[in-house]
Amino acid sequence: MPGDVAATALPAAAPPPPSPLAEFWEDFRANRGAVAGLVFVVAIMLVAIFAPVLAPYAPDLTNESVFLKPPAWQAGGSWAHVLGTDAIGRDILSRLIFGARLSLLIGVVVVTLAILAGVTLGLVAGFFRGWLDTAIMRLMDIILTLPSLLLAIVIVAILGPGLMNAMLAVAVVVLPHYVRITRAAVITETAKDYVTAARAVGATRARLMFGEVLPNCAAPLIVQASLGFSTAILDAAALGFLGLGAQPPAPEWGTMLADAREFVLRAWWVVTFPGLMILGTVLAFNILGDGLRDALDPKLKR
Amino acid sequence: MLRFVLTRLGLIVPTFIGMTLVAFFLIRLVPGDPIETMAGERGIDPARHAKLLAEYGLDRPVFVQYAIYIGRVLHGDLGKSMITQVPVLSEFFALFPATMELALGAIVFALVLGIPAGIIAAVRRNSIFDQGVMGLSLTGYSMPIFWWGLLLILLFSVQLGWTPVSGRIDVRYFIEPVTGFLTIDALLSGEKGALRSALTHLVLPVIVLGTQPLAIIARMTRSAMLEVLGEDYIRTARAKGLSRLRVVALHALRNALVPVVTVIGLQVGVLFTGAILTETIFSWPGVGKWMIEAISRRDYPVLQGGVLLLGVIVMAVNLLVDITYGIINPRIRHAR
Repeated sequence: MPGDVAATALPAAAPPPPSPLAEFWEDFRANRGAVAGLVFVVAIMLVAIFAPVLAPYAPDLTNESVFLKPPAWQAGGSWAHVLGTDAIGRDILSRLIFGARLSLLIGVVVVTLAILAGVTLGLVAGFFRGWLDTAIMRLMDIILTLPSLLLAIVIVAILGPGLMNAMLAVAVVVLPHYVRITRAAVITETAKDYVTAARAVGATRARLMFGEVLPNCAAPLIVQASLGFSTAILDAAALGFLGLGAQPPAPEWGTMLADAREFVLRAWWVVTFPGLMILGTVLAFNILGDGLRDALDPKLKR
Repeated sequence: MLRFVLTRLGLIVPTFIGMTLVAFFLIRLVPGDPIETMAGERGIDPARHAKLLAEYGLDRPVFVQYAIYIGRVLHGDLGKSMITQVPVLSEFFALFPATMELALGAIVFALVLGIPAGIIAAVRRNSIFDQGVMGLSLTGYSMPIFWWGLLLILLFSVQLGWTPVSGRIDVRYFIEPVTGFLTIDALLSGEKGALRSALTHLVLPVIVLGTQPLAIIARMTRSAMLEVLGEDYIRTARAKGLSRLRVVALHALRNALVPVVTVIGLQVGVLFTGAILTETIFSWPGVGKWMIEAISRRDYPVLQGGVLLLGVIVMAVNLLVDITYGIINPRIRHAR
């Protein structure tokens, strides 16, 4: 490896150390799986952005003459509908392409909500300690004790089914992870000298919290956010499958599976492809998250 | 030891109270009051509405209502289903054995495959087998199990015709419930073919529900084994001439299994979550399907009671795992 050569043959004048970003990229690039995950994630993002250009049909365009058409390579299929059509003649490929938008939207919204609320609660718990800390952490323990999807299901059942409520419910369920990570990082960081120094020169509490400590908690939060995308997409799809998430005719992949369930006996393609998209996307985010963790956290480096 | 157990018991009291608070207030988030909900779309006249409110204590301050609620809960009264009028607790325990059978089957499936796979992967680190196990484990962990269930039905029930699509046993058999575990009851009944029927109904749901725990357990066993295999005492054991098999099976495995036991305990939550989806796909008459049906019927007492009961069970299992861990590992017991 070129890195080894550079390390052994130390030149007289040491070159400037690589920037943290370059160093991170060097570590990340070495992990082939993680790069593959990243490529897949970027591809899904592009598909989501350019959905109207890429999709051959509108996602909810029904066509009575072509319902339950098999994929192109199977007898009875045609290249007009590459992945076949569903029970009311909608093009499956087009629905999957537009579904990418929903899944990424779910990931972004859930992770953003969970980070905003989780970081705030974690900072408060870690900085102020005392009864506030106890109360917050107890509540998080309770959320963690209840089976995650069950809690999400109950929240949606009460707020009413729909994509917005499903995202909210999943955000609540994943919240404890962000709170715990932030709190733990805050407690370790505040004991360090640079924080004491900042405090000594008179930095305000808000400045300590957001200016000094928070940037140093970023690495574990980034990893959690990437893994959080996969949890969000998976849980929201499960809610969609149970009829509690995005409502038909939205081309959300889990919701598509719920529609397809009754045709499992005669049309394998309506069940197979949406699930494959969920699996692929969730897997990509998980691999990416693992790769980020390995690259960002030197303690876990193999 | 007693002190350790008592401290752990003491710690679950606030968690339990918190859980009752969550169960109590979640239901209060439903728009409209419970009487209106019960009346449904027919509506209710104001006089009767007020009378019923008073009867259920719903006109009192919220914390008094909560006190009444927790008093009832402690006496085992979780209210009645709004649809069947059967107490929630008896409905729950009538259905729980079915979920339990499924969950036990799933965890056995996960252990039987996951622990050996994890051990071999660790011993043959970076081999093709190791990479295969890790890849499959990541896939299993990312699997939308509701889709996985449909795929298995597609393959084994539709294409090959090996297994039935749904239910717990063929309708031909009527098995007297003794233990509530149909496989055992079928065996006890002595009816020909009943056990076979029960088992073929069980196998696909067990695989579906066991997939995520299997992925987690294989991964966890591998990393625990890798850690232990790097320890000095392993090198010592090898140096004094013990066979590789003996070192792995006796010295390493025993120590590696300690964290694995904890992970197994933590799977209870995963299993209940998965049971909701698995039971829905396979029409398995357990607690998960019951709760999903309660949602579509807006049967709030069932939802409230079900969440609390499942939460309490998870809490109890976590407590058991904690205590077992303390017994296996004295360092935990004496830590403050």
